[in-house]
Amino acid sequence: MIRVVLPFHLQTLARVDGEVALEVPAPVTQRAILDALEARFPVLRGAIRDHGTLKRRAFVRFFATGLDLSHESPDAPLPDAVAEGREPFMVIGAMAGG
Amino acid sequence: MSGVRLLVGTRKGAFILTTDAKREKWDVQGPLFAGWEIFHMKGSPVDPNRLYTSQTSAWFGQQIQRSNDGGKTWDPVGHEFKYEGVPGTHQWYDGTQHPWEFKRIWHLEPSLTERDTVFAGAEDAALFRSTDGAQSWQELAGLRGDRSRPSFWQPGAGGMGLHTIVLDPSNPKRMYIAISAAGAFRTDDGGASWLPINKGLQSLYQLPDPHAEVGHCVHRIAMHPSRPGVLFMQKHWDVLRSDDSGDSWRDIGAGLPSDFGFPIAVHAHDPETVYVVPIKSDSEHYPPEGKLRVYRSRKGGNDWEALTDGLPQENCFVNVLRGAMTVDKLDPCGVYFGTTGGQVYGSPNGGDRWSPIVRDLPAVLSVEAQTLP
Repeated sequence: MIRVVLPFHLQTLARVDGEVALEVPAPVTQRAILDALEARFPVLRGAIRDHGTLKRRAFVRFFATGLDLSHESPDAPLPDAVAEGREPFMVIGAMAGG
Repeated sequence: MSGVRLLVGTRKGAFILTTDAKREKWDVQGPLFAGWEIFHMKGSPVDPNRLYTSQTSAWFGQQIQRSNDGGKTWDPVGHEFKYEGVPGTHQWYDGTQHPWEFKRIWHLEPSLTERDTVFAGAEDAALFRSTDGAQSWQELAGLRGDRSRPSFWQPGAGGMGLHTIVLDPSNPKRMYIAISAAGAFRTDDGGASWLPINKGLQSLYQLPDPHAEVGHCVHRIAMHPSRPGVLFMQKHWDVLRSDDSGDSWRDIGAGLPSDFGFPIAVHAHDPETVYVVPIKSDSEHYPPEGKLRVYRSRKGGNDWEALTDGLPQENCFVNVLRGAMTVDKLDPCGVYFGTTGGQVYGSPNGGDRWSPIVRDLPAVLSVEAQTLP
C-alpha cells in the first residue's frame, strides 16, 4: 500500500484523518498516486493539480524521503521507499511566507 | 415563527447568523469551511434550505458546497468550470494577449423559479449555469462573444471577476451581470446573447475614453423585484440609476460625501429607498473622516441622509465590499452589512438604528439575508 499524507485543508475536504493508504499499480509515480487518490476522493480533483491540464497547482508541493519532488516529471518512478510503503508521499501546501 | 438567516462569507470561513423576527438576539454558527475564502453564499428562493457556497483557496482552488438543510450539513458538488470551446484571450497588464484562466467563483445566484438551476460568476470573467443543483456547470459563452478574436476586456488591479448577477423576476429570459473591469451587460434571451449596457457611465481617469462602451469598473447593481426595469449602480466612482433596464444611466450621487464605494442595496418594501456606504476614494478604501455611515435615499437618489446611530463615528477605517450589504423582507425592513474589520452590523428598522451582530469575524466578503417563513 502507498501511504499519502494530505495537508489539513485537503484532509477536511476528503473527510479523512491522518494518512491515506492507496493501492497503486506499478510503476509508482506521482501521476499514478494522484490518479488513485482522485479516483477514491473525487472532491480532490482540481485541488492538487488543475482540471484538464493535470498540472500541479502552483502552491502545492510534493515531498518524499526528504526530497522535494515537485519539479520531477509526473511519470518518473518515485523512490523505492514510497513504492514499498515505507515512507509516505506527502502533498504539501506551500508556505505563504510573510 | 419567522426570522432571518444571514449567510456571511469571510476571508477565513463561512458563518451563519440566525434570529427571530424581532432581530435582537442572534445565534452564530461557524466557522464553516474554516480557513478557506468564502466569496459568496446564497440560498434558493424556491427552497430556502438549499444553500450554495463558493469556497476558494489560492493553494487548492475552487470548491462549491451545497446544503439541503439550511446549512446544518454540506456536501461538495461540482467544481469544474471549463470555458466553452476556445478559451480565448484578453489583454494582459503588459499589453499582450493572455488566455482566459479560471481563478474563482465570485457570485452564486440561484434561479428564482427552478430549484436545481443556479448561475455562477467567475474570474476570469464568465458566466456558468448548472441545471442539476451544481453537480455540473456549463458556460453561457455568448457573454464573451467571438472568442476567436482577442477580447477588449482587461482586468483591473483586482482581477477580472464577474461579481454581480441580477435576475429579472418578471422575465426569465432577462438577466444582468457586471464585471470588473468590463462593465454591465444584459441578456434578453436567457444568456445566448448579451448587450453592454454602459451608456451614461463616465470613467474619468480610469479609461482613455471616459464614455467607452465597455471597460467601466462597475462595482454592484441592485434592483427591486417589483420594478425590474429600474436599476441602481455603485460604480468605481459614481452612483447611478437606470429607468430603462440599463439602456441609459444617470448620476444620482449628489449629496454624498463620496460617490466611491462598493455595495448598493434597495429597501425590500420601497423601491425608491436605496442604500450605499461611501468610501473615501479609490486610493483610500475606508469611510470619509473615519466615520462609518450608511447613506439612504428615499427618493431614488440625489437626496441622501447619513445613517449613523449605532455606527462608529470616529477612528473607523474599515471597508465594506461589494457583496457585503443586503436587506431582509420583514416589516420593517432589516438592513445588514459586513466590514473588512470583521463586524456585521444590522438594522431592524430600515437603517435608523444599527448594532453589531458580531464584531470579530475575519474580513467579511459577502452577506446575504434569507427571510424565513
